[in-house]
Amino acid sequence: MVRVDGGGDGALIRVREVDKVYVRGGEAIHVLQNLNLDVERGEFVAFMGPSGSGKTTLLNLLGGLDVPTEGSITVAGDEITAMSGRILAEWRARHVGFIFQMFNLIPVLTAFQNVELPLLLTRLSKRERREHVETALDLVGLADRMDHYPRQLSGGQEQRTAIARAIVADPTFLLCDEPTGDLDRHSAGEVLGLVDRLVHEHGKTVLMVTHDPRAAETAHVVLHLEKGVLVEAGR
Amino acid sequence: MKHLPLLWANLKRRKARTLLTLGSFAVALFLFGVLAAIQIAFNQGIEVAGVDRLVVRNRTSLIQPLPFAYRQRILQIPGVREVTFATWFGGVYQEERNFFPQFAIDTPTWREVYPEFVVPPEQWEAFVKDREGCVVGEGTARKYGFKVGDRVPIMGTVWSGLWEFTVHGIYTGKRQEDDVSQFWFHYSYLDERRPFWKGLVGWYVAKVADPDRAVLVARAIDERFANSPYETSAETEKAFAAGFVKQVGDIQTLILSIGAVVFFTLLLVTGNTMAMSVKERTGEIAILKSIGFSDVTVLGLVLAEGLLVATIGGGLGVAGAKAFTLRGDPTGGMLPLFYFPPLDMVKGMLLALGIGTASAIWPAVYAMRLRVVDALRRA
Repeated sequence: MVRVDGGGDGALIRVREVDKVYVRGGEAIHVLQNLNLDVERGEFVAFMGPSGSGKTTLLNLLGGLDVPTEGSITVAGDEITAMSGRILAEWRARHVGFIFQMFNLIPVLTAFQNVELPLLLTRLSKRERREHVETALDLVGLADRMDHYPRQLSGGQEQRTAIARAIVADPTFLLCDEPTGDLDRHSAGEVLGLVDRLVHEHGKTVLMVTHDPRAAETAHVVLHLEKGVLVEAGR
Repeated sequence: MKHLPLLWANLKRRKARTLLTLGSFAVALFLFGVLAAIQIAFNQGIEVAGVDRLVVRNRTSLIQPLPFAYRQRILQIPGVREVTFATWFGGVYQEERNFFPQFAIDTPTWREVYPEFVVPPEQWEAFVKDREGCVVGEGTARKYGFKVGDRVPIMGTVWSGLWEFTVHGIYTGKRQEDDVSQFWFHYSYLDERRPFWKGLVGWYVAKVADPDRAVLVARAIDERFANSPYETSAETEKAFAAGFVKQVGDIQTLILSIGAVVFFTLLLVTGNTMAMSVKERTGEIAILKSIGFSDVTVLGLVLAEGLLVATIGGGLGVAGAKAFTLRGDPTGGMLPLFYFPPLDMVKGMLLALGIGTASAIWPAVYAMRLRVVDALRRA
């Protein structure tokens, strides 16, 4: 169960009194303020809110890409806010799968090679890596496109490749930043269906930032961010 | 090794730029190889100079002769074990561009003083017996197709007229660096036929008993002939060869200067290319980091990219230079010993790898320090 009052001690993800302040041109901008959040394993949480409300910043903090000004974030018992850069990179490789709005595939690598990237950081053999990549691409329905370059794929296929890359190393949770923001309605539906399958059939924990109410509807819980404060929990 | 496809894909990203960078390395390393071969050719005499040999020439200049009678007087100086002599002939074979050094030598003593030159005994015997005989270095023999038994006409330039010789021997060197371009014939034949400078020789070479005393023996030789019509200048063969090279110019400095300018330019060009290449990939580097590639891994990937370019381009250049030098002296006789030794090939590759690393350091550090959040926002 998702809580925003700081009371879920056994949660997979625990955010405690997190502040994030940027200083621009001598002015302090409070992007997140005293934020508390608990997410259980297997939950699908959507974050909504206007531009500049701090959604992406929250996602970056949860993924260990940025550090809070104050407060702590703990994932599966590991306090990531206390980790050094190298440890944090290792932690990301093991625990986090990112899915971006712009897909962010490497254009000079094939779908197979893009999906294989996270596995290059593991001790898996070449054969094992191939098996994992084929499984992931099969799961997203792109087994027959593994030798295609991103420019040879449609937007929806690119995003599904990105999803395969995010799940190939079997991370603890997925962070999706506007995953349907650059897709047509049909492709967006396919991607959301895929994310839904990952949650319900594979037990993945997913945290998703979106502007799209239809995308938010697929989540178990919708949280609203308003000027850096989690103001409402829905569903 | 598992990152190789990623490195390779990055190189293929802009093929023209990669080819130009590889070409820069290849051209620079090719030049390095050729310059190294030229330097070896110029320093050949210094490198192979015998530590126990003194060159005794006319004090005025090398082209001024010395009396034949000096041989016995030099032999009498304590510390001198053997003395031989030679005279520069300076002829051409068939046409002027066919140049190789011809020496009229003192046949009985020559091999004792120059043991590094090897002639089969039966060939030497045949040469000794024939007044018009000659022995040719294997390099010159190969170049002009001379074989034992051939008649070789040489057009004299100092002593005019056509001089014909019969090839009785082909000599080889014990070491790769030994000069195998010379053409030897009997001094007695030259002295008999030439119209002037009879009884004079070009220079003497004295073999000393103790190399540690070579300088003292040289001084004693010069003192012996001081205030005579033919004063001498004796020095170790190494010093003589070094002085000879110096007459051409400071080759070492010239080559070093050219090499330094070329490699510094290469560093700037490849450094700029690497920087542009990494800047263009800011977003992709951020993605790699978000996936879990550490800062150090990203640093290593960019450095490896620079090293890969250097290895391929440098390897092509070194291989090209080796192939070029395998064809031998490209000047038709000015650089008889023209080769690119393995040690210099290794030095060239190390230099290329150094440039590759240096050119990638700044972009690699930039990539390492890149903050994912900032880079993603920019991408």
